[in-house]
Amino acid sequence: MSRYEAVIGLEVHAQLRTKSKIFCSCSTAFGMEPNENVCAVCSGMPGVLPVLNEKVVEYAAKMGLAVGCRVNAASVFARKNYFYPDLPKGYQISQFETPICEHGHLAVTVDGSEKVVGITRIHMEEDAGKNIHSATENASFVDLNRTGVPLIEIVSEPDMRSAEEAVAYLKALRSILVYLGICDGNMEEGSFRCDANVSLRPFGQAELGTRAELKNMNSFRHVQKAIEYEIERQADLLDDGQAVIQETRLYNVDKGVTASMRGKEEAHDYRYFPDPDLVPLVVTDAQLAAWAAELPELPVARRDRFVSQYGLTPKDADVLTAERDVADYFEETARLCNEPKKAANWIMSELLRELNQAALTAAACPLPPAHLARLVTLVESGKISGKIGKQIFPEIFAQGLDPETYVDQKGLSQISDSLALESAVDRVLADNPDEVAAYKAGKTKLMGFFVGQIMKATKGQANPALVNELLGKKLA
Amino acid sequence: MDVSPEFAAKIATLARLRLDADKLERFAGQMGDILKYMETLAAVDTTGVEPLYGPVAHVSPTRPDEVVRTCTRDEVLHNAPETDGRFFIVPKIV
Repeated sequence: MSRYEAVIGLEVHAQLRTKSKIFCSCSTAFGMEPNENVCAVCSGMPGVLPVLNEKVVEYAAKMGLAVGCRVNAASVFARKNYFYPDLPKGYQISQFETPICEHGHLAVTVDGSEKVVGITRIHMEEDAGKNIHSATENASFVDLNRTGVPLIEIVSEPDMRSAEEAVAYLKALRSILVYLGICDGNMEEGSFRCDANVSLRPFGQAELGTRAELKNMNSFRHVQKAIEYEIERQADLLDDGQAVIQETRLYNVDKGVTASMRGKEEAHDYRYFPDPDLVPLVVTDAQLAAWAAELPELPVARRDRFVSQYGLTPKDADVLTAERDVADYFEETARLCNEPKKAANWIMSELLRELNQAALTAAACPLPPAHLARLVTLVESGKISGKIGKQIFPEIFAQGLDPETYVDQKGLSQISDSLALESAVDRVLADNPDEVAAYKAGKTKLMGFFVGQIMKATKGQANPALVNELLGKKLA
Repeated sequence: MDVSPEFAAKIATLARLRLDADKLERFAGQMGDILKYMETLAAVDTTGVEPLYGPVAHVSPTRPDEVVRTCTRDEVLHNAPETDGRFFIVPKIV
């Protein structure tokens, strides 16, 4: 057991799902040809002025309301000054002293216990462009399509004490952003990014240790691994009586380690000052009230409702509400088949596995909820066995088939007709006279053998309850 | 406030300017003069006065979230010192 307590704070950048950029009318569409979504404003031409996108304010304020922040009546945009080719103006417009939201919190559950993580601030800013570095030519290529795409940065208090807590906080944050419909939450494409500040201190010490800032983690797994590695690295240093250096470290996915950026980006001095091109932003009480009224049911509330309304376990409700798409899919399926617990089981055991394998979200699921609902009904009414239902699932999922039509076409209906089954039972008993004799002599374990044979003969379509009943009668 | 040549050198580095020693000396003196002049303002008692971020007292105008294309890529790249018609090309940065 380590002698040190880890102290972790997270900075999250979430790309907002607006149609146009934060300070100009260029499109934010992803995957365009380079420099197609660029104008005089976002390319930093002289003499242009930024005009704030009203949706960005609404989205930032809504996130603040969702995590219990105070939304400031007046907030100020500031210039963060540095030079890099993907930043054509030579400064990024951000917020510094007076951000739009402050003093929020988010409760997360880790290993069954609740933990409240403070949220220091949420501010609005513009994204930078993208540099592509040529391996062969002595040049870098700059694409400004992303320049000016709106972001919010959500800064936590250093309240987390383990990699698990950090990941739980991140997942909760991402879930809220997606529920609000203000961010697509895609970590791999970079619309949800996280930097982690990690330091250690001896247990019981109030003063914070020297921290390292971790970057380049584009999945929850990377965040977990990078923080775990960093905690061990710093503990080793401290054990050896060495000092932790305050620096930025990049996570190396292949090696699973963090490595120093070697001070290249160090000694930042951004010389923030209020942007003279933008007057303070005012948010009125009426706006706030309207946005508060528009907030959807958030993940925690929805989870609680799933428990009370559908009788799900809190654990299952957690799984189903983590993604808004999945929760919507579940509710639609449950409504159509009126079997919420069964629908939940099908979604958690079969649907999520298939979605995961196909790398699809529930919103893009090829199998519509109506079809899953019909499958649940087919199984619950006894028309097909649960086993057959699971067997056909991958195919009806992949092709979005109506299970009822599929079952009829393939002749997979369960044989619940006792006359039809009786002949199959008679045949199996007639073909295995030795086993019948042994059974009657007391070797009752052979029941399983007979059931197996009958299932084989009926290609698994026999209703198991009926088979047992018939066998019981015939062997009595 | 006196500005040392070392401080002037730091400011020059942040501004990506390379200045030789006699220029640093000269600019340090000039920066010091400017800052000293600005310090005149410090004589005013501003206790209880809200900071003013701009000389105009109106609220920030906003625009609706609508896409309007105002330039073609050719226009955007027109004055670039170097381009291949798709990207801005700059000296290698890593």
